[in-house]
Amino acid sequence: MTTLLEPALKQSRKTQLEYVRMPSLPFVELKHVSKGYGAGSQRREVLKDLNLNIDRGEFVAIVGYSGSGKTTLISLLAGLIHPDAGTVIIDGSEVVGPGPDRGIVFQNYSLLPWLNVFDNIALAVDQIFPNWPKEKRREHIEKYIAMVNLTPARSKRPHELSGGMRQRVSVARALAMNPEMLLLDEPLSALDALTRATLQDEIEQIWERDRKTVVLITNDVDEGLLLADRVIPLSAGPGATLGPAVEVDLDRPRDRKTIQRDPHFKRLKAQVLDYLLGEGARKRPHREPMQAVG
Amino acid sequence: MNDKQFRGDWLLLPLAGMVMVVVLWAISSKTWAPNLPSPLKTWQVSQPYLMKPFEKRGELDQGILRFTWYSLLLVAKGYTIALLIGTPLGFVLGMSKMFAKTFDPIIQILRPVSPLAWLPLGLVLFQKSEPAALFTIALCSMWPTVINTAVGVRAIPQDFLNVARVLNLSRSKTLFKILLPATLPYMFTGFRLSLGIAWLVIVAAEMLTGAPGVGGFLWQEYNSLIYEHIILCILTIGVIGFILDRLMGVVERRLQVAKA
Repeated sequence: MTTLLEPALKQSRKTQLEYVRMPSLPFVELKHVSKGYGAGSQRREVLKDLNLNIDRGEFVAIVGYSGSGKTTLISLLAGLIHPDAGTVIIDGSEVVGPGPDRGIVFQNYSLLPWLNVFDNIALAVDQIFPNWPKEKRREHIEKYIAMVNLTPARSKRPHELSGGMRQRVSVARALAMNPEMLLLDEPLSALDALTRATLQDEIEQIWERDRKTVVLITNDVDEGLLLADRVIPLSAGPGATLGPAVEVDLDRPRDRKTIQRDPHFKRLKAQVLDYLLGEGARKRPHREPMQAVG
Repeated sequence: MNDKQFRGDWLLLPLAGMVMVVVLWAISSKTWAPNLPSPLKTWQVSQPYLMKPFEKRGELDQGILRFTWYSLLLVAKGYTIALLIGTPLGFVLGMSKMFAKTFDPIIQILRPVSPLAWLPLGLVLFQKSEPAALFTIALCSMWPTVINTAVGVRAIPQDFLNVARVLNLSRSKTLFKILLPATLPYMFTGFRLSLGIAWLVIVAAEMLTGAPGVGGFLWQEYNSLIYEHIILCILTIGVIGFILDRLMGVVERRLQVAKA
C-alpha cells in the first residue's frame, strides 16, 4: 500500500510546495543590481549583477569576505544608497530611500552617545509612533529593553556599556520600530566569541517569536548556518556577486554545541566554503547567479 | 598620568613658582628696573582697591572688582554677539562645501587681524566707543567658534546621519536631535577659545576708548604715573582670564564625555 501511495504523496507534497511559493511574489527582489564608487579610471565596481529573492518571514544570511561589498549590499536594501543599475524591490515597490519599515542594526552600533539606552530607543519610537499616548510609547520601549535583557542598564549612556550591550541596544532599537524587515550588518563581528554566542541565541529567539524577514550579513559561515534558512555566499570583490544559495534544512532550535558534529551541518558548511574558497575567491562573476533564487 | 612627585605637590609646586617670580620681580625693581614698583610697594598702593573691591569713590577711582565687573559686562555682550554670529556661520561652513570654499580664504585672512586694527574701523563705523568695542570683541573672538563648529559638523559620523535618514527625521529634528548634540563638544571648545580672546581684546578696546574697566583703569593709571596699579591690573586680568577658562573647561570636559 505504501508503495502504491508513495508517488501520489510525493506529487501532492510537491504541488503543495509550489502552491505556497508560486503565487506570492518574493518580499524582497534584487534584479541585476550593480553598484560601484568613483569615476573614470578611479572607478571601482563593488557589486556586479546581483540577483536575489527573499520570501516574507525568511531568514537569509549573506556570507562573504571583508571588503567584498557586504555593507554596500545592506545599504542598498536599506535605501541609504542607490544602485547604478538594476532595481531593488521590497514588498512590491521599488526602494527609493531609507524608511522605518526596514530596521537596521549597524556594524558599529550607531547609538547616539549623548542619549541613554532608553532615549536612544525613544528617539526611534517617538518618531515612528507619534500618535501613541506617552505611556504606551514608554511601555513599548521598556518591553524591548527587557527583551534584550538591558533593563538594569536602561539609564546608562552608550560609553558606559560593553560592546555586546551596545549591540543589544541597537537590536532593541531596530525591533522597537516594528519593521517589516530587519537588516543586520555584521552585528556581532566586533564582539568576543562568548558574547557573540549569547547574542546569536537572542537573535534566533527573537526571530522565532516575530518571524520578521531578516537579512544577516556576516563573515562567519557557522553563524549563517546556525541562524538562517538560507546562506548565500558573496564572492570576493571587486565586482562581487552572489554564489549559489545553500538551503539550511537543519531543525530548529539549533544547538551550537551538537550542530558542529552533525554531518549534514558539515556538508552544508563545506558547500559554502567550497564556493567562497574556490570559484568565489577567483573574483569572477558566477555564471548562473539566478540559481541562488529560492 | 602618575607623575606625582610628593604629597601636596599640586599646591606646593605652583606656590614655589609664584614665589620665584615675585623674588625675580623684587630683584629687578632693586637693580636694573628702578621704575618698576617693588612687590611690597605694589601691595601697599593697591590695598584700598583690593580691600574694598566694590567701592566707588569717583568715576575713575573704583574698587578693582567693580572695574572688572564693567569689563566682564562688556565682554559678555561682545562675546554673545560673537557666538550668535559664529555658531550659525560655522554650521553653514561645515555643511556646505561650496560655502566653505567661497569663504574660507577670506576667513583665514581676517582671522589674524589684531583688535588694535579693528577698533579704529569700529569707531569710524559706529562713532561711539561702546558699539566700536563690541564690534571689535565680536569680530576678533568669533573665529575659534566658527572654525571649531565647522570642524565639528564635518566630523559627525555618517552613522548618526544614517540613523536620522532611516527614521525619516525632519530637517529641524535632524538639526536639534542629531547635528547640534553631535557638534556640541567641538562647539564648546570653540566657545572656550573665543572667550579667552574676548577677554584679551577687552583690555585693548578699553585702553583705546577710555571706557571704565580694568583696561581703562590700567591706561589711566599709566597716564597718572601710578605704576603699581598697572601691575594690579595685569594680575587681575590674568586671574580673571584663568578663572573664565577653568569654568569653561569644566563644562567642556562634561561634554567631551558625551562624545566618547
